[in-house]
Amino acid sequence: MDNSNQVISEDARKEIEALFHHLPHKQAACIDALKIVQKYNRWVSDEALVELAPILEMKTHEIDSVATFYNIIFRKPVGRHVIFLCNSVSCWVMGYEAIHKAVKDHLNIDFGMTTPDDRFTFLPIPCLGTCDHAPALLVDEDLYRDLKPEQISEILAKYE
Amino acid sequence: MEKPLTEHIKNDGTPLSLKEYEAKGGYEGLKKALKMTPAEVLTVVKDSKLRGRGGAGFPTGMKWSFVPMGDNAPPVKYLVANGDEMEPGTFKDRLLIEGNPHQLIEGMIISAYTIGANMSYIFLRWAYHLAAKRVLAALDEAYKAGYLGKNILGSGYSLDMDLHTSVGRYICGEETALLNALEGKRANPRNKPPFPQVSGLFGKPTIVNNIETYCNIPHILAKGAEWYISISKSEGGGGTKLYGASGKVKNPAIWELPLGTTLGEIIEEHAGGMQDGYKLRGLLPGGASTDFLTPDHFNIKMDFEEVAKAGSRMGTGTIIVMDDKTCPVGMCLNLEQFFAQESCGWCTPCREGLPWTAKILLALEEGRGKPEDIDHLTFQTHYNAPGNTFCALAPGAMEPLQSALKYFREDFEEHIHTHQCKYKH
Repeated sequence: MDNSNQVISEDARKEIEALFHHLPHKQAACIDALKIVQKYNRWVSDEALVELAPILEMKTHEIDSVATFYNIIFRKPVGRHVIFLCNSVSCWVMGYEAIHKAVKDHLNIDFGMTTPDDRFTFLPIPCLGTCDHAPALLVDEDLYRDLKPEQISEILAKYE
Repeated sequence: MEKPLTEHIKNDGTPLSLKEYEAKGGYEGLKKALKMTPAEVLTVVKDSKLRGRGGAGFPTGMKWSFVPMGDNAPPVKYLVANGDEMEPGTFKDRLLIEGNPHQLIEGMIISAYTIGANMSYIFLRWAYHLAAKRVLAALDEAYKAGYLGKNILGSGYSLDMDLHTSVGRYICGEETALLNALEGKRANPRNKPPFPQVSGLFGKPTIVNNIETYCNIPHILAKGAEWYISISKSEGGGGTKLYGASGKVKNPAIWELPLGTTLGEIIEEHAGGMQDGYKLRGLLPGGASTDFLTPDHFNIKMDFEEVAKAGSRMGTGTIIVMDDKTCPVGMCLNLEQFFAQESCGWCTPCREGLPWTAKILLALEEGRGKPEDIDHLTFQTHYNAPGNTFCALAPGAMEPLQSALKYFREDFEEHIHTHQCKYKH
């Protein structure tokens, strides 16, 4: 069988199927399955939902209703790195707006956008739980705290 | 002053290994519990007057006592740790998970033993990547040492524990919404009753408690209920509490202090007062969804009863400070935009009312406010009150707004009359 057009790789499929053994039904693995698809593909495309449906024994639209509910499941393509800037209350009090402007000016994109070279997607995120070191942001899984606007260019330079 | 939850957490923030934890008396509480009957353990927890640390303050022992026990009880039960910690301004559970994951695991094993659960989950918010790594490493150690798995320490009791990392959404912190997320569904809250203690995860009896709540359990078992009550300064509950402060104080951080420490002591002594050039105007005592208090409240004890008497809630005990150069209307706008975004959309008052509220506040901030807007905002605080909404999200969202309208009303009026925000420059 020619599987070359599949968006869910065999490795990803095996990882998803390994979730089933300790769950009462396959649908219970839906969120973790979406996470696995995203780990391999960076985002969850319509084609991926269609391929997931028989694996999870769910309808495509049922999976989509879960995928679109959660803000860390991406239903649009994202860049190689995702910047999550905390815009919640403690960071707001401590000067989040200046950090927002610094990222915007540096990359020439605002929230919800991806740089033309596909390097960064810029998103707001609720409280990162590091309020004693506000303002804060994440790049992928790396946390940066006690931010000053002038640090932004140096931080982002680490990501290719 | 005793600090059972944090005294062994290292200054450099690295977690205690299993060996280090055991050397500090770790897993002694579990060994003691396994020699007792579940009913005896439950009595100790009830006697300790431990109250849930997630925000609501429900007595933990009483919550557990609703789980069916005995020969006729359902054979499958679950225990879940709520580590969603997405309440803005809250950063206490992160410290406990990252600094001492075995304390959490031990607390969960004892709790699961008490209700007869054989499967347990740690529900952790997506953003806590470091905490997730440390929990997985600690779970591995605990399995290898025989604290988890089949026949724990030869007791005949078996328990599995798994980590679930979430994919976002504040509503996952609501316990029935969390259970839907664990089942792979949209995290809409469920109707209550039935309560999760009777019909929870996959329809089975389930206990959901906050991370900090579980971290208290090993110490209560190891040292007893009387000791636990003795370290509290509150009439209404035992133990210590993790308090925190963020905003323009000199020393923002988390401190473990006796439950019932006064608000003034936390702000002035532990947080070091305000940074130079700033005055404290108001504060949210326990996260984004609590009513503002003011410096007039500094002599109240930070416990469930006294903060409630002052018209607010202790919530998570992590204080967000508003200084005199921060706009109260702008702060409410930030909060309401968060709540509007995080509404799950299930019930109308929340789905429609919160964006409406945020739009009015944005108009005020942009100089487009109208005199009747204060009445509209006041209407929203009643429209989204408890009893009108499906869960506590929208009523929580109204707490900072209704109190801001009470304490900082002149700022709202000034925005409307001068058509600008004087705090912007």
